[in-house]
Amino acid sequence: MKTIRIGSGAGFAGDRIEPAVELAERGGLDYLGFECLAERTIALAQGEKRRDPAAGFDPLLVARMQAVLRPCAARGVRIITNMGAANPLGAARATAAVARELGLTGLRIAAVTGDDVLDRVRGGDDALLERAGTVASLGETILSANAYMGAEGIVAALRGGADVVITGRVADPALFLAPLIHEFGWAMDNWERLGQGTVVGHLLECAGQITGGYFADPGYKDVPDLARLGFPIAEVDADGAAVISKVPGSGGRITLATCKEQLLYELLDPTAYLQPDVVADFSAVRFTELGRDRIAVRGGRGRARPATLKVSVGYLDSFVGEGQISYAGPGAVARGRLALAIVRERLALTGVATTETRFELIGVDAAHLAGDAAAFAEPSEVRVRVVGRTTSLAEAARIGNEVETLYTNGPAGGGGAWKSARQIVAVVSTLIARERVVPALHYEVA
Amino acid sequence: MRLRELAHARTGDKGDTSQISVIAYDPGDYAWLAEHVTEARVRAHFAAILRGEVTRYELPALGALNFVLTAALAGGVTRSLALDPHGKTLASLLLELELPDRQRPVSA
Repeated sequence: MKTIRIGSGAGFAGDRIEPAVELAERGGLDYLGFECLAERTIALAQGEKRRDPAAGFDPLLVARMQAVLRPCAARGVRIITNMGAANPLGAARATAAVARELGLTGLRIAAVTGDDVLDRVRGGDDALLERAGTVASLGETILSANAYMGAEGIVAALRGGADVVITGRVADPALFLAPLIHEFGWAMDNWERLGQGTVVGHLLECAGQITGGYFADPGYKDVPDLARLGFPIAEVDADGAAVISKVPGSGGRITLATCKEQLLYELLDPTAYLQPDVVADFSAVRFTELGRDRIAVRGGRGRARPATLKVSVGYLDSFVGEGQISYAGPGAVARGRLALAIVRERLALTGVATTETRFELIGVDAAHLAGDAAAFAEPSEVRVRVVGRTTSLAEAARIGNEVETLYTNGPAGGGGAWKSARQIVAVVSTLIARERVVPALHYEVA
Repeated sequence: MRLRELAHARTGDKGDTSQISVIAYDPGDYAWLAEHVTEARVRAHFAAILRGEVTRYELPALGALNFVLTAALAGGVTRSLALDPHGKTLASLLLELELPDRQRPVSA
């Protein structure tokens, strides 16, 4: 029976590059996917594109392509990625330039566009999903609106003979579902297959998170050689049944436990994982250990896709100012608390206007607000953290300044003060009728 | 005993919603976990950060529970003021949960 081998070369924009090279050279792959587009990234990339029409795609695209294009081209491995961000066309041109530098003339690169729906939703009465209000209520602060497209555009590009497919916003699992649809000729209403294919894509999309990354807990869950973590491969048959593995000799482990953790990662209702191409049902998924670092997965199901697509809307939300400073030795917690009290009073005395603040001690109660210091031994050092939301950058800067002045005005022994003030681009969502989002293809030939 | 002795966990996030899987090391412990690791226990454990609801989904085939916590991430990763805006650390915090000692059947 025909099987397809798909590797996952990145689980986020800043991910390691060598594991993808290892997969390209030694993974026996047919396809190599790279998921590099976080929710907010595309909103920031739109800003870059406005400043420079050739920019707005993933800043590591060129470095990744320089590393993997040659080994992929030599073995006929086709690349699929969402590194196009706000500018898939620019990303395709940059990739073609890398290919030419490497002597890979004739390499065919497809850009999939159509996800940018800003002009269609701006000022409209589409309701926001996270809070009351409409897209219009964002007014002039709106920066971007990108629909989560499905596999359709990528499948068309593969059919068109693309060696590299570069998208903007698509659902992450679609990067891996698309080659399965293309290779096995699955119908776009074969919900069972699309559901199981979505399981495979979901397991792959975070790369090292299924091979032992984001998993180790010494003494409980030990993972060897995380500095050389291998990224995953799915070998998939025409029914969608898959075996998850990695390159022999690479770091990490693939076990029933790593697979279960990744299956449930970012999952809400396991019977209704909403995707552009299918409503996938993970509730009957079964894993079987076939051998060391070889886990079989089957049992994903699905039902008819939603009538709407989710749209991620980026907007200018607010400004945030922050300051930190460390205290150590006996009484560190008490001095940290005194420092927090001083800054709180200073912000009030000097009239810094904030809409939300946090005063916390890293090492005591920053990760967990309810942190009960009495339940644990006193830490030998703490880091004071004060952060607040404001309506201007100048106001935000005053927060960090009040932490920095603890050096000469605060408790004994404060060190390593640090401050920042930044604008916050945030993301909300709305829905759009799927008919209003049509993928388009453009080809660049190296 | 702590939940950590029987289960492992991973956090994911979607906007202001946190999701925490709790997975039995030994599938034989699943029913016991399902009895003791309830929505009410998880809600109480995260009372300091939680402004929404806790919903538990059961996955007996995987020996796992999936907890969904709405309005739990101070506005979500793109605008939260938290040091850990994704709430990635929450799963480890949940493993602190104190449970009654598990009485294992004595095998012959």
